[in-house]
Amino acid sequence: MKKVFTRPKSLKSAPFHYCPGCGHSLLHRIIGEVIDEMGLQERIIGVPPAGCAVLAYNYFDIDMGEASHGRAAALATGLKRALPDRIVFTYQGDGDIAAIGTAETIHAAARGENITTIFVNNGVYGMTGGQMAPTSILGQNTTTSPGGRKEKRDGFPINLSEMLAIAKGSAYVERTAVNSPSNILKTKRAIAKAFQVQIKGAGFSLVEVLSPCPTNWKMSPVEACKWIDEVMTASFPLGVLKDFTGDKKDVH
Amino acid sequence: MFIKTIFSGFGGQGVIMMGYLLATAGMYEQKNVTCLPSYGAEVRGGTANCTVVISTEEIASPVASEPDFAVLMNNPALLFYQNQVQSGGTLFLNSSMIDSRPVRGDIEIYEIPVNDLVKPLGEERVGNMVMLGAFIKKSALVSLDTMHRVLKDTFTNRNPAMVKLNRQALLVGYDFLGP
Amino acid sequence: MAFAPFHARRSQSRSTVPKVLMRGNHVVAEAAVRAGCRFYFGYPITPQNEIPEYMSERLSKIEGGVFIQAESEIASIHMVIGASMAGGRVMTSSSGPGISLKQEGISFLSGLELPAVIVNMSRGGPGLGNIAPAQSDYFQATRGGGHGDYRTIVLAPNSGQELADLTFEAFDLADKYRTPVVILGDGMLGQMMEPVEFRPEIPIKKLPHKDWALTGAKGRPSRFIRSLILDPGEEEEHNWKLMRKYEKIAREELRWEAFAADDAKMLVVAFGTAARIAKGAVKRVREQGLKVGLIRPISLWPFPFKALRDFSKKVKHFIVFEMNMGQMVEDVRLALEGGGEVHFYGRPGGIVPTPLEVSRVITSQYYQKRLG
Repeated sequence: MKKVFTRPKSLKSAPFHYCPGCGHSLLHRIIGEVIDEMGLQERIIGVPPAGCAVLAYNYFDIDMGEASHGRAAALATGLKRALPDRIVFTYQGDGDIAAIGTAETIHAAARGENITTIFVNNGVYGMTGGQMAPTSILGQNTTTSPGGRKEKRDGFPINLSEMLAIAKGSAYVERTAVNSPSNILKTKRAIAKAFQVQIKGAGFSLVEVLSPCPTNWKMSPVEACKWIDEVMTASFPLGVLKDFTGDKKDVH
Repeated sequence: MFIKTIFSGFGGQGVIMMGYLLATAGMYEQKNVTCLPSYGAEVRGGTANCTVVISTEEIASPVASEPDFAVLMNNPALLFYQNQVQSGGTLFLNSSMIDSRPVRGDIEIYEIPVNDLVKPLGEERVGNMVMLGAFIKKSALVSLDTMHRVLKDTFTNRNPAMVKLNRQALLVGYDFLGP
Repeated sequence: MAFAPFHARRSQSRSTVPKVLMRGNHVVAEAAVRAGCRFYFGYPITPQNEIPEYMSERLSKIEGGVFIQAESEIASIHMVIGASMAGGRVMTSSSGPGISLKQEGISFLSGLELPAVIVNMSRGGPGLGNIAPAQSDYFQATRGGGHGDYRTIVLAPNSGQELADLTFEAFDLADKYRTPVVILGDGMLGQMMEPVEFRPEIPIKKLPHKDWALTGAKGRPSRFIRSLILDPGEEEEHNWKLMRKYEKIAREELRWEAFAADDAKMLVVAFGTAARIAKGAVKRVREQGLKVGLIRPISLWPFPFKALRDFSKKVKHFIVFEMNMGQMVEDVRLALEGGGEVHFYGRPGGIVPTPLEVSRVITSQYYQKRLG
């Protein structure tokens, strides 16, 4: 019988611990497929964050080195500079990259570090129980923004990817989502493109992925996917924010 | 033998270079040496100083509370160090830039018009070498031969032209104070 | 900087003199490169700026050499972690306030079991303090400001030559035990020039192979390096493993020296810069016939507890002299276990006392205790 669907080689055969409807498991699979398809399993090193994906090394069958909260870009800088012919990527949540690790991320981009960052934006601190994130949108109810995020009290959400697109050292920045089959395919292409950018040595590449967190959003998985389209993308519009690779046509 | 020397002046007068070269010469002559330059905001503020200890014994502290010699390149240096030199010690002062004279009667003073002596050489930057020449002559801490060797080793790889010029300037100072 | 760094390899090259006169900060940097360090990450802070300055030039001229002036001390210590994961010999340096910021990474290096060398050219504190030489970071170095149950090896050189030698040893110890090693100097050791003779450069190929490094899972199973261990049983086992390692270090990596201690009735205990001043003071009082010796801990952790305890069987009077307010006194008291009387003399804030000053303190204590 012909096998039409199987686990990517670069994922271990371990069941994900993620909540039902969570975007992390989808994204892990997508990254695994891209690593397989590009033949990178033996030369890629991942840097998981502190956050829900902290156990990523239980799932990826590749070399991985854990970073402390927010420091993935600095750690990846050290790794990549020491091993310039390997592919190095970080996998970071919104609190990790856009709050506690803002400085490390912006400076890695400004230096044009030849690394790839997968930035999972679900608008909450998931692992710690759904507190307000730097990317929680105005009005979003979290355990530390009761009654919804208010700009006077809580400040505005931060559009980190737009900021990183301005950085002179970034080569490729795109925002995608994993809330529909077509968006999942776009995300996969974007991640493949980001790795290509790194292989070419073009500079810092980042894919921001809007990802559902039904548990902390207190929604069903279907509602969460709809909420991304209807509400979240108004603050975080999808699309290519920067592409300096010289490709004339958009990947999509 | 345990001799402490302080060099002091404006940043840019080559004060720390004098200290470095003296300490290196001491090292060439198999002595124990330390050379402690001033650092930080103090240097950026314009004052530079450098303490050199040359000794036949192990050197406990590179800080000189009562130096045997003080080599002073400007007025603030004189004001600051004239009372710190130990009784019976020696002051070398750049008389081209220092107007006042110490009132102490228990120290020896040599006046070297560094800026005037350096003019014929056409390169004012080597004024520190003129002063260093006068200093090694009267202090007899290291030999002229050793200092020539230090200049050659220090500058050959950095700027060969400076070896000759520095040696010329060193001799101008060395000869200035007479035999 | 009044003049550009004198590089050991460039200056005085034609001389027959085997030694070079170098600033302590340059010595550490040159020794690190010769010990195989190819990765340096740091951030400017006085009085250690000559280390990153030297490294930026030296490493740019070596194939595979990497220097980054990071955006913060925090970023620099995490770059250290990255390069260490990749298997390289890696160093960062700073001074008190910057080392405070690095504590997060030092805890992670310990938990992740990664080798690295961290240099602290300490200054006056707390807070911004000043840039003068002080030994106010003894607690920070030996206890660590980071979280968790860990220890770092701390080496305290007292001269230019020891800066060179202990930097070599620091890299070997870090690799041998997969643990961060702190070199605790001070502003004076960093700024002072002294004659130094370097060991020959170790070829990178001769460095120990690291069968745990992350290099891409080629021809072997994939690896991960982590400090998160959610299962309390496993985390306990990890802590015991670290503990066994620290016990081995405490047994096998003690470094200390004694001077004029054999017939001493009173012993001065001092480390680093304070120890060389104390040695000068001890020589003075010996000339006056006072039976005083010096114990100098070179490894501050592990601390030479047993050596001091052994001395306390013969000697009952100890003077701890430090350029701080008596941080090492606690370790000396622990070592003596009540078996000796401890007097403290210290000058904090960047004051460097003279050997004469310390010798007078020793003399006064000596006669007060009716030892002579």
